[in-house]
Amino acid sequence: MTSMSYAVSDSMTMLRRNLKHARRYPGLTLSVAGTPVVILLLFNYVFGGALATGIGGMSSGGGEYIDYIAPGMILLTATAGALVTAVSVCVDVTEGIVNRFRTMAISRASFLTGYVVGSVIQTMASIVLVIGVALLMGFRPTATPLEWVAAIGVLTLLTLALTWLAAGIGLVAKSPESASNIPLPLQFLPFVGSAIVPTESMPAGMRWFAEYQPFTPIIETLRGLLLGTPIGNSAIIALAWCVGLSLAGYAWARSTFNRDANR
Amino acid sequence: MTASTATVVAEAITTSGLSKSFGDKVVLDGIDLRIPEGMIFALLGPNGAGKTTTVQILSTLISANAGTAYVAGHDVTREPGAVRAAIGVTGQFSAVDNLLTAEENLSLMADLNHLPRAEGRRRAADLLRRFELTDAAAKPVVTLSGGMRRKLDLAMTLMGDPRIIFLDEPTTGLDPRSRRTMWQIIRALAADGVTIFLTTQYLDEADHLADRIAVLDHGKLVAEGTPEELKRRIPGGHIRLQFADVGSLESAAALFGSVTRDDEALALNIPGDGDIPALRAVLGALDRASIEAEALTVHTPDLDDVFLTLTGRPRSGDDAGSSKENAR
Repeated sequence: MTSMSYAVSDSMTMLRRNLKHARRYPGLTLSVAGTPVVILLLFNYVFGGALATGIGGMSSGGGEYIDYIAPGMILLTATAGALVTAVSVCVDVTEGIVNRFRTMAISRASFLTGYVVGSVIQTMASIVLVIGVALLMGFRPTATPLEWVAAIGVLTLLTLALTWLAAGIGLVAKSPESASNIPLPLQFLPFVGSAIVPTESMPAGMRWFAEYQPFTPIIETLRGLLLGTPIGNSAIIALAWCVGLSLAGYAWARSTFNRDANR
Repeated sequence: MTASTATVVAEAITTSGLSKSFGDKVVLDGIDLRIPEGMIFALLGPNGAGKTTTVQILSTLISANAGTAYVAGHDVTREPGAVRAAIGVTGQFSAVDNLLTAEENLSLMADLNHLPRAEGRRRAADLLRRFELTDAAAKPVVTLSGGMRRKLDLAMTLMGDPRIIFLDEPTTGLDPRSRRTMWQIIRALAADGVTIFLTTQYLDEADHLADRIAVLDHGKLVAEGTPEELKRRIPGGHIRLQFADVGSLESAAALFGSVTRDDEALALNIPGDGDIPALRAVLGALDRASIEAEALTVHTPDLDDVFLTLTGRPRSGDDAGSSKENAR
C-alpha cells in the first residue's frame, strides 16, 4: 500500500523534475517541432507543386497537397520527440544522477515512468505546435470533434510507444551521441511510407515494405480521421502496432534499468 | 518485509568473501570487512584496485558474484530496499542535476525522501548554510565550481539523514582549500555518530580522517589497521640532509649515529616522521656542532611507500608517480 503510494508520489516527483527541465529549456520542445515544420515548409512550398501533380487524383482525398502531407508531418513530430527523449535519458544515465536515484529508497519504476509521462506531454505540446503551423499553411481538416479526439488519441498512443522505445535506447546507449544516432532510422521510416507520397506510386518491393511498416497504417488512420479518406483495416493495424511497441518498449526499458548499473 | 536478519547490530558494515569479476577480469577477490557503527573507515588503494566496485556492491548498485555483505544489518542482495533506506552515497562523479539550481536539487532529494514540505525546506536551508552554498542556492548547478558541486552532492546525500555514508574519492580533483573544507565536513558528520565508508588514493587523507584503514590492491586487502599501526609498518619516513663536502657529511654522520649514508650525493637520511620537534632536534644538533647543511628535505611516507612495503612492488597504474618530497 505504502509502496504503491510511493510509486505514485516518486513518479510525480520525477515528472515535475522533467517538466521543470522543459520549462527552463523550452528550446528542446521547439527543436522537436522544428524538424517537422522545416520539412513541411520544404515539401509544401518547394517540392509541393511537382509532387501534387504527380500524385493528383490518387488517394490524397482530392484536396491540396498540404492536406496530404500534414498528417505524416504531425507523426514525424512524435519520432523527433523520441530522439530527444533518448538523448536526455542517456545524459541522465551518464551524468551519475541516475546512480544516485538507484541507491535511494524510492520506487524503482518512478524514474522511467516520470520520464516517459514527461516526454509524452512535451511531444504532444510539439505536435500541437506543428498542427498549428500546418493550419496556418492552409491545412484544412474536415474532422468532427470526435474524430479530432480519436486522432489525438492515436498520436498519444504512438508517442507513448516511441517514448518507451526511446527510453530503452537512452539506457543502452554508451554516450548521448550514440543515443541520438540510434533512433535515426525511426525518423526516416515515415518517408518510406505514405507520409510524402502514396505507396501506390512506389516500385513493387519498396511498396510492399512501405505498406507493411508500422507508420503507414498509422498515417492512413490519421489521414482518415482528419480528412475523411477511407481507413479500412488501417486503424486496427495501427492500434496493434502502437500497443505492441509500447509493451515491448516498456518491458525492454524496465529490464534494462533494473539490471546492474554497469558502466 | 522479510524478518530482519539476525546479524550483529553494532556492526554498520560486514562483508565476507566478497568477490566480483567483470568477464574474466577479477576485480574483487574475497574481501572481508567489519566496520563498527560510528567509525570513519577508509579504503585506500590506487586506481583500479577495486574501491569503486566495493562501494557499488555495498550501496546496492551492482551485485557481487560471491560472498555476503550486510549493511545496517541487511543483506545487500536480499534486502536492497532496507539497505537503501539506511545509506547515503556520494559517488566519484557528481550526481547532481545540472539543469536545476542547487536549491532545487535539494528539494528534489527532499521529495524523494518523502519529507514533509516544511521539514524539507528547513533541512535544505540548513545544509546550504553549513556548506557555505547559500549564495549559490539560486544558481543553476552548471555554473558552480567543482568544489561547490562536490559539496552540493554531499548535501544532497545528507538530505535523507543517512546513518551510513559512502564517499567514493570525495576529494579527488579538488583544490587544497576545498579538500580541507570537505575533511571538516566529514569529521563533523562522524562526530554526529554517522558511519563513514570512504575510499581514497591518498594516504594523508586516510591518515587525517580515518579511525581504521584497509589497503586494497588488485581486489585483495593487503593490510588493515589504525593509521598508526599502518604507518609503523612503513619505514619510508625520514629527514634528508644534504652537505657541501665530505667533511661535513662525516661529522654529521658521527653526530646522528643510526643513519643511512648516501656518500655519492653527500646526503644523510635520518629516520623519523619529520614533525616539528624532530626537525628542531636535528637543526639544534647541527647548530651546536657547527655543521653546515646545504639543504634539508622531509620525506613523508605516501601511498607508494605503503605499496612498496606491503606488496613488495611499486603500485601499478598511470598515476604511480615518483615519491613525494616536501622541501622545507
